Amino acid sequence: MPNVIRLEYRNVTMRFAQGAGHLTAVEDVSFAVRDGEVVSLIGPSGCGKSTLLNIGSGLTAPSEGQAFVDGERVEGPNAHVAFMLQKDLLLPWRTVAENVMFGVEIRGVAPDERRRRAQALLENLKLAEFSGHYPHQLSGGMRQRVALARTLAVDPSVLLLDEPFSAVDAQTRMVLQRELAQTLKRAGKTALLITHDLLEAVTLSDRVLVMSRRPGRIIDEISIDIPGRDDPLKRRQHPKVNQTIDRLMDRLDIGAIEPPSTQVPA
Amino acid sequence: MSGASQSSLVRRGTIASVALLVVFLAAWQWGPGLLGIPTFIIPPLSMVAEEAARMWHVSALATHTGVTAAEVLAGFLLGSLLGAFFGYILGMSPTAEVALSPYILALQIAPKVAFAPLFILWMGFTVYPKILVAILIVFFPVMVNVLTAVRTVDPDLINLARAFKATRAQIFWKIEFPASLPPLFAGLRIGSTLAVVGVVVGELVGGNLGLGYLLSFGEGQANTAMVFVAILMLTLVGGIAYLLVILVEQRVLHYLPKRALGGF
Repeated sequence: MPNVIRLEYRNVTMRFAQGAGHLTAVEDVSFAVRDGEVVSLIGPSGCGKSTLLNIGSGLTAPSEGQAFVDGERVEGPNAHVAFMLQKDLLLPWRTVAENVMFGVEIRGVAPDERRRRAQALLENLKLAEFSGHYPHQLSGGMRQRVALARTLAVDPSVLLLDEPFSAVDAQTRMVLQRELAQTLKRAGKTALLITHDLLEAVTLSDRVLVMSRRPGRIIDEISIDIPGRDDPLKRRQHPKVNQTIDRLMDRLDIGAIEPPSTQVPA
Repeated sequence: MSGASQSSLVRRGTIASVALLVVFLAAWQWGPGLLGIPTFIIPPLSMVAEEAARMWHVSALATHTGVTAAEVLAGFLLGSLLGAFFGYILGMSPTAEVALSPYILALQIAPKVAFAPLFILWMGFTVYPKILVAILIVFFPVMVNVLTAVRTVDPDLINLARAFKATRAQIFWKIEFPASLPPLFAGLRIGSTLAVVGVVVGELVGGNLGLGYLLSFGEGQANTAMVFVAILMLTLVGGIAYLLVILVEQRVLHYLPKRALGGF
């Protein structure tokens, strides 16, 4: 079902109280992510990317508009989505396997099934031999892989990823990107990826959405017609990658002098 | 640091520590005589040891020590339980914290040991006023540590649990409670030594049992050696209490890197 819409934002606006007035973080954002699609969201800092993620996961309600996951309106945390942040958020008192089981445990999955899922995921992500380790015994890249396993363990239909690899070193990041790409492809998962890394956006996604400065609006949408979404290391060598990055830089005004107004022409 | 140099550091430290003890004991035994200090000011080590033996046989030293130890244990356990309980309640309910914080602050500023005479007026020359002073004095460090720990849990961690549809109880038992354990144990360590202070002050103020009573009795008799024996026994009681906390801590917080526990 390639055309089923998994995640959709409809006219979402988010305002936060600030002093006497309010601050508009996100304004009238609408877009949809189809089944199995990986969409990246890029934009300047503070343009409301993470706000959109919180709305999608049901942690915050939008001021206006609605978010839908699997056709259902998001009215709170729900079983269809799972998120992963820049911080691994591993619990130091739990072993790797217990951390992977954290989400399924909360959702009340039976102990045998929890262990089976954790075991399978740890094997897929080459972490099986560390299942009894504690987080402080692992490297940053391994910890982030455990976080990915924990996110996948609840078998969400949509993954919301907020700069998942921005805290690891460049080489580890490339390895993790490839693992994520392969895992998403293998499991046929739908994902919304927030990133600052233009190369990451281009090599990992089917589509890239560009957001403006605050108040954040979608100002461009670029389909990435480059083969090999499951192998970012190979995909990055494709000549069209640089072309696309140039276009993104242009849209984001990177290289230009800091614009005088907060409004970016749409 | 490598394992080998770590163990050689420990070995050198231990040797220095033992050497220091020998020097100290020798100075205690012979120093006062050499400096012409009278024995009623500083009784030498051998005299204190003799007094300890005499007190063991004649003055029921074991009973007094046992009473003090029992009071310390009771005061410490009840004080920690109450401290932890209120720490969790206040940590999870900002309203309760705002409402109660002025009173808690006032109680924390008031010197807890000053309550000892009052408690003795209320409860007489029993073990209860001593235990009550200990409870009061142990309560605060434990409560403050737990409260701070619950407050400073990473909000993203709570959001992660919420996104998995965790209930309030699940958030507490799976995140807030385990996250509060390291600071709780830091509070318990402090509490274990403060409990001894509370009990001794209570015993000094009134009653005829416990090491605090022996302290004031020895003072009244101008028996300096007896005062020294009581001080040593109190240190022993406090030391054992502290050690017990450390032993439990090492079992409960086994997941922390070794160095973070930091021995003593």
